[in-house]
Amino acid sequence: MFIPTTEKDREEMLKAIGASSIKDLLKQVPAKYLYPAFDLPETSLDEQQTARRMKTLAAANTPALSFLGAGAYERYIPAAVKALISRGEYLTAYTPYQAEASQGILQTIYEYQSSVCALYAMDCANASMYDGASAFGEAVRAAVRVTGKKKVLCQETLNPQYLKTLKTYFANSKEYQFVTVPQKDGLMDTDKLPALLGADTACVAFQTPNFFGLMEDGHKISEAAHKAGALVVAAADPASLGLFTPPGEYGADFAVGEGQALGLPLSYGGPYLGLFACKKEYVRQMPGRIAGLTKDKDGKRGFVLTLQAREQHIRRDKAASNICSNEALCALSATIYLALLGPEGLKELGLANSRAASFAAQKLSSVKGAALKFKAPFFNEFVLDLQCDAAKLREKVLAKERIDIGLPLKDLYPALGTGALLVCATETKTEEDILRLEKALRENI
Amino acid sequence: MTTHTPTGTAKDAVKDAGLPSSGKAADIDKLDNRLSIEKSDPGRRGIAFKNLLKAKDNIPAGLARKTAPKLPELSELDVVRHYTRLSKMTFSVDANFYPLGSCTMKYNPRVNEEAAALEGFAGLHPLAHDDSSQGTLEMLYDLEKRLCALCGLDAFTLQPAAGAHSEFTGLLIAKAYFEKLGDGARTEIICPDSAHGTNPATASMMGFTPVNIKSGPDGRVDPADLKVHLSGKTAVVMLTIPNTLGIFESRIEEIADMAHKAGALVYMDGANFNALIGLVKPGDLGVDIMHINTHKTFSTPHGGGGPGAGGIGVKKRLEEFLPVPRVIKDGGAYKTDYNRPHSIGKVKAFFGNVGVLARAYAYLLMHSKKELAGIAENAILNANYMKSRLEAVYPAHSKEYCMHECVLTPPAELTAKGLKTLDIAKRLLDYGFHAPTIYFPLIVHEAIMIEPTETESKETMDSFVEAMLKIKNEGAADPQALKDAPHTMPVKRLDEVQAARQPNLRW
Repeated sequence: MFIPTTEKDREEMLKAIGASSIKDLLKQVPAKYLYPAFDLPETSLDEQQTARRMKTLAAANTPALSFLGAGAYERYIPAAVKALISRGEYLTAYTPYQAEASQGILQTIYEYQSSVCALYAMDCANASMYDGASAFGEAVRAAVRVTGKKKVLCQETLNPQYLKTLKTYFANSKEYQFVTVPQKDGLMDTDKLPALLGADTACVAFQTPNFFGLMEDGHKISEAAHKAGALVVAAADPASLGLFTPPGEYGADFAVGEGQALGLPLSYGGPYLGLFACKKEYVRQMPGRIAGLTKDKDGKRGFVLTLQAREQHIRRDKAASNICSNEALCALSATIYLALLGPEGLKELGLANSRAASFAAQKLSSVKGAALKFKAPFFNEFVLDLQCDAAKLREKVLAKERIDIGLPLKDLYPALGTGALLVCATETKTEEDILRLEKALRENI
Repeated sequence: MTTHTPTGTAKDAVKDAGLPSSGKAADIDKLDNRLSIEKSDPGRRGIAFKNLLKAKDNIPAGLARKTAPKLPELSELDVVRHYTRLSKMTFSVDANFYPLGSCTMKYNPRVNEEAAALEGFAGLHPLAHDDSSQGTLEMLYDLEKRLCALCGLDAFTLQPAAGAHSEFTGLLIAKAYFEKLGDGARTEIICPDSAHGTNPATASMMGFTPVNIKSGPDGRVDPADLKVHLSGKTAVVMLTIPNTLGIFESRIEEIADMAHKAGALVYMDGANFNALIGLVKPGDLGVDIMHINTHKTFSTPHGGGGPGAGGIGVKKRLEEFLPVPRVIKDGGAYKTDYNRPHSIGKVKAFFGNVGVLARAYAYLLMHSKKELAGIAENAILNANYMKSRLEAVYPAHSKEYCMHECVLTPPAELTAKGLKTLDIAKRLLDYGFHAPTIYFPLIVHEAIMIEPTETESKETMDSFVEAMLKIKNEGAADPQALKDAPHTMPVKRLDEVQAARQPNLRW
C-alpha cells in the first residue's frame, strides 16, 4: 500500500548499509524502550473498510437545517474551488522554500495577500494564520510590541472564543491589562471610550460585525483610539466587506478576519484561515510568512518568501511569532473564491447574506413570544429575544423538526437572559428554509 | 515516479526537460505570465448569487463601503486555467521525490481526502449540538485514545492547529502546572542548539527565557552541560527526539531523570516522531508533554505550508490543564466538556483542525500495531540506505547509523571551488527532485538534511543518489554551471535581497 519496499529490496538495502537487520540500525535506542506493548488494534482495515468506517462515522453526525453562526458560517463552496485545491500539486507541496520549483504556489500567495489587502483596504497582508481568533491574538501582540504599552481595550461584544484565545496569547505576561468597553444597545458604547483610553493604551481591539451580528461604527472607534495615541485592531468578517466599510477606510492599523467565510467548509471548527493585514509601517512586525515579488538573474519577474528575518527559523527566540505551518491551502481556497466572485460577486454575496438575515429577522420577530433584541444594523445574524428558555427550545425543535434554531446566549452573556438566541442566515438559506424555521418557532415557543 | 536525468551539463538538462528549442524557460511563460488581476476584464464573473430574498437592505451610508475592492474579474474558465497553470509550476510529493529533512514528506493517501470531504464531517458546524455531532466526537475520542497508546501518555488534546501551536499549548500547560504548585520561579526553558527554531521562539513568545545548551561531539545533549544549566528556574527541558541530526538521545533516561529531580518537566517535540512510531513510546522515556504533527507522522497533506494539525499529549498529572472543550464519553454518548476549572482555556476558536484530524484518523485505521512499527522501520531503513550510498562523496555529519534522516555535507572538492550546498540544492531541481532541507540544523556547516520517508522506493532513492553523484562531477568539471542552476525551472535564481529591501507584497 504505502510502503513500496519488498523483502528483496530490504535485503539489498541492508547489505548496502552493512547492517544485518533493521534491529541492527536501532542500536542507539536502549533496548528496553524498543517494541513495547501497545494498547492498539492487532488488525487494520483495508482501504474499502476504512472508507466505509469513515462513512459510518460521518453519517452518525445527524444533519439539521442549521441557523448557527457565531464565528463559523455555512457557505456555498464553488465547485471550482474544491476541484482546484484538490490538485496534488497544491495539496502535497511543502512551504515554498525552493522558490524556483514553487513559483506557482508563491504566485498564489502573492495573489492571496493582494486580495486580502484589497478586501480590507490595507497596505500589506501575510500568507495566513491559523484562524480568526489566533490572528486577532497575534495582531494585539503586534500592537503592544509596536507601542510598548500594556493596556488593551476590547469590546464587551467580542466573540468569546476570540477573547479566550487572546487571553491565552498573553497568559505568561501578567503585566498586561485587558479592559472591557461596555456595550449599549448591543454596540460598543463609544461615549465611554475616551475615558477608558489613556497614554498607557496600546490598542482598541474590536470586531465588526460584533458577536451579536451588529455593525460597529469603525470610524468613531478609530477616531477616538487614534486621538489618544492608541492603535486600532479590527476583526471584520470578509463576507461583509462587499457592503460594509473595510478596516482600511477607517484607518485600522491591524485588520484580521476569519477566512472560513471565503469558501471553506465548516468541518467542526477547522481548518480555517486567519486573515492578517496591517499598515505598511508595521510590515516588519507581522507574524508568519510573506511572499514578495522580485526578479530572477535574467530580470524576469518571480516570487520568493521574503522578510524572513522576522521568522522563527531565522530569528529563533527573537522572532515576531513562533508560527511555522500556516493554512496555505485554505488561503488558496480563499484566493480562488475571491477570483471567482470579483468585486461584483462579493457585493452580491453580501447582499444575499444581509437579505436572508433581514428576511429571517422580519419573519421571526413576527412570531408571538419572539422579538428582535437590538435595533442596530446587522449583517447576517441577529439576536432574538424569546419569552422562553432558548436552550430548551433549541433541544425541542432539534429533536422534533431537525432544525437547529441558533445559539442560546445565556451561558456566554447571562445578562441577556435565558431567552437570547443568536440566529444566522447566510446565502445558503432560502425563503422556504426560513419559513420552516418561523413555523417551528410559532409551534414550539 | 519518472525523472529526467540530464547527462552532465546544464545545457543538456535544458534539452532533456523538453523546453522550446531556444532553451529559454522564458519562452514558455511568454504565453501567459500574468497575475490574476492582470487577466481581469471588467464585467466578467466566475460565480453569481441569485438567491436574493425580498427584504430591505439595512446598510446606513456611514457604514457602507466607499471603494470597491480591487479583485480580478474573471470567468470560471479563466480562474480554472489560471490556477491549473500555476499548479504545474509547483513541485509536490505527488509529482516529485521531496526528501525535505524534518518535514516528513510522505505520501498522502487519497482515501483520507475522501473521508474528510464527506458532507457529514465537512458540513458540521463547530457549535452544533452534541447530539448532532456524535460521529465527529467519536472519531476525536478514539483518535485521542490511539495517540495516547502510541505515545505512552495519558491524555491528548487535538486543539492546536500545527506543531508550533502545539508547543505554545504545551508550554501553557507547563506554566499552569507550576502556577498551581505555587512555583513562580520557573522562568527558563532549556533547548539544545540543534532544536527547531520554533522551540526557542515559542519559549520567548510565552515570556519564558530560552536557555541554549550545546550539543556534544556526537550530536546529543551532553548531560554534564545540561547539569550546569538546570536549576530551580528551569520549567521545561525541551527535546526533539530523535533530534534534528537524526540521532536518538541515547541517554534520555539520565536526562529525564535529571530534569525531574530539578523539578522541571520534559517536553518532547514530536516533529520527528516518524522515527519512533510503533517502536518506542515517548512516555516510557520520561516525557511529560509531547506534541505530534499529523502533517508529518500521520500522512495528512502539507498543502503548500498548511493546514496541519497538532496535538499535545500529557501524563496524568497534567491532564486537568488541557484546553477546553474536552471530548468525553458519558454512557453510550460522546460529549463536549467545558467544565475544567484548571484548563488553560483556548488556543484557537472552536475545537481544532478537525478536517485534518479526520485524515489522520483514517490513516491510523489502516495500520495495525505491527504496521505502525513498519512505518518507523522503513523510514529508518531508507534514511540509512541514502546515507550509506552518499556518504563516501557527501561526508555525513555523524558516523553512526541514523534514525529517519541523515545530515550530509558538500564534497570538499566542490567547496574548494567555491560551491555551496545551495548550488547543489538548486541543481537537484533540474533533475526533478525537490532539494533536501539545507542549512539546518544550524550547528552543521552547509548542512544537507535528507529524509526520504518510508513511502519512497529503492528505485527512486537510487535515482536521487545518481543525481547527487552526477552533480558532484558536474561541479568539479564546470562550477559555473552549478552556480547558475537551476536551468530548467520557470525562473532562474531570484533576487532575494531586492525582495527584502524593496518589498513588493501585493498588486
